[in-house]
Amino acid sequence: MNSQPLVKLSDVSKAFTLHLRGGVRLDVVDRVSFEVAPGECAVLGGPSGAGKSSLLKIIYGNYRCDRGHVFIRDGAEFVDVAKAEPRRVLALRRDVMGYVSQFLRVIPRVGTLEIVAAVGRESGLDADEARSRARRLLSDLNVPERMWDLPPATFSGGEQQRVNIARGFIADLPVLLLDEPTASLDAANRDVVVRLIEEKKAKGTAIIGIFHDEDVRERVASRVVDVTRFRAKAA
Amino acid sequence: MSPLLSARNLRKSFGARTACADVSLDLHEGEVLAVVGESGSGKSTLLGLLARDVEADGGEVHYRFRDGEVRDLQTLSEADRRVLTRTDWGFIRQDPTQGLRMPVSAGGNVGERLMAIGNRNYGNIRATAADWLSRVEIETARMDDSPKTFSGGMRQRLQIARNLVTHPRLVFMDEPTSGLDVSVQARLLDLIRGLVSELGLAVIIVTHDLAVARLLSHRIMVMKGGRVIETGLTDQVLDDPREPYTQLLVSSVLAA
Repeated sequence: MNSQPLVKLSDVSKAFTLHLRGGVRLDVVDRVSFEVAPGECAVLGGPSGAGKSSLLKIIYGNYRCDRGHVFIRDGAEFVDVAKAEPRRVLALRRDVMGYVSQFLRVIPRVGTLEIVAAVGRESGLDADEARSRARRLLSDLNVPERMWDLPPATFSGGEQQRVNIARGFIADLPVLLLDEPTASLDAANRDVVVRLIEEKKAKGTAIIGIFHDEDVRERVASRVVDVTRFRAKAA
Repeated sequence: MSPLLSARNLRKSFGARTACADVSLDLHEGEVLAVVGESGSGKSTLLGLLARDVEADGGEVHYRFRDGEVRDLQTLSEADRRVLTRTDWGFIRQDPTQGLRMPVSAGGNVGERLMAIGNRNYGNIRATAADWLSRVEIETARMDDSPKTFSGGMRQRLQIARNLVTHPRLVFMDEPTSGLDVSVQARLLDLIRGLVSELGLAVIIVTHDLAVARLLSHRIMVMKGGRVIETGLTDQVLDDPREPYTQLLVSSVLAA
């Protein structure tokens, strides 16, 4: 197995300029640099508002990176998300990196099992394997089987969140970005997510995550990266 | 591989008004590009220029045919042009009465495109038309009815079947869901989304509706006054808009 880092951030900086508010500039992250190796879980630390969520979005290409580089390793090649063409970023999202937030973007009229299995198929699993993994994940995450054919639009927030976690964990992607996947889950389901994360680590997945729950954080973290420690100290 | 469609420096003015100023883009197979902007931004003119519906004042459009050869659309032979408009391209119009032949039955509207590319066996044509009607969720019992008796949503679904029956590689869509009820719109979007990914279609869709762009497209181009203001990954442009005008557009959307 290639043990080179799967993710390499160097001097990643980002600010929002709010043109509708007279051009106010909000600094989000400043010169963040770190690497994540296969099988490692780097937990982002720092106070609320430190830019942890934004940093995950920058890595995923959802937010732009103003300065610095976000290298994601695709096989032997390092691709800089900060400069890559949109279709290269989309290919990375299909083949290399997954992203799980607390929120499910609901697609109308598609059943839950199908919503989960579709992600597996898109990542290259055959239809049967995708379906059986989807069943296992939904049942592990305590989504009752009678709901599997229904679209999740009418599910409770917690149920939608668990469907979203199943979507995020079904594929064998080398990099996984987790934005508070356990927020508002009960203890039993939190344990399931911790186990899923441990399984991914054992398979060599590089994980970058945000976990407010201290217990979860201590159980899954290989190390904590404080995103504020890179800021230049005021002179 | 070279892009499927490639445009360079497209220009078009109507009198003193610039509808399209120096627009360039590349589109690859399976890519869905949304062109967004307010009315008068030039987005529909751009679609017309790309599809050669509208004569350009300047610029070039190249297209890669099924044989792999890239040809300049300006210097196309009549035969090549027919191949494009009858087989390789589809054009879904906002007003289905402009994209359908209203006096012809629903089945006829679909079958006609097959006949145009040389199908002569009536039984096969009818069977294929029936299959496509069911794929767009129109009961085959309605096959011999005129689209005049169809609702707006059904007409739009029929227009999609008519366009996709020849297995085009590139489909142009001009506001395909505007003017429909919201519930009808959701069903249609879901249908389009499914067909586009199943058939691996390349699509250029013009819309003023950012939610439509988010649901369907991979990439987005924001236009204003005939110019491209901002372009990039759809979720990136919508979640992290950079230009003042794009920030205004995004912030003007009412959250449901």
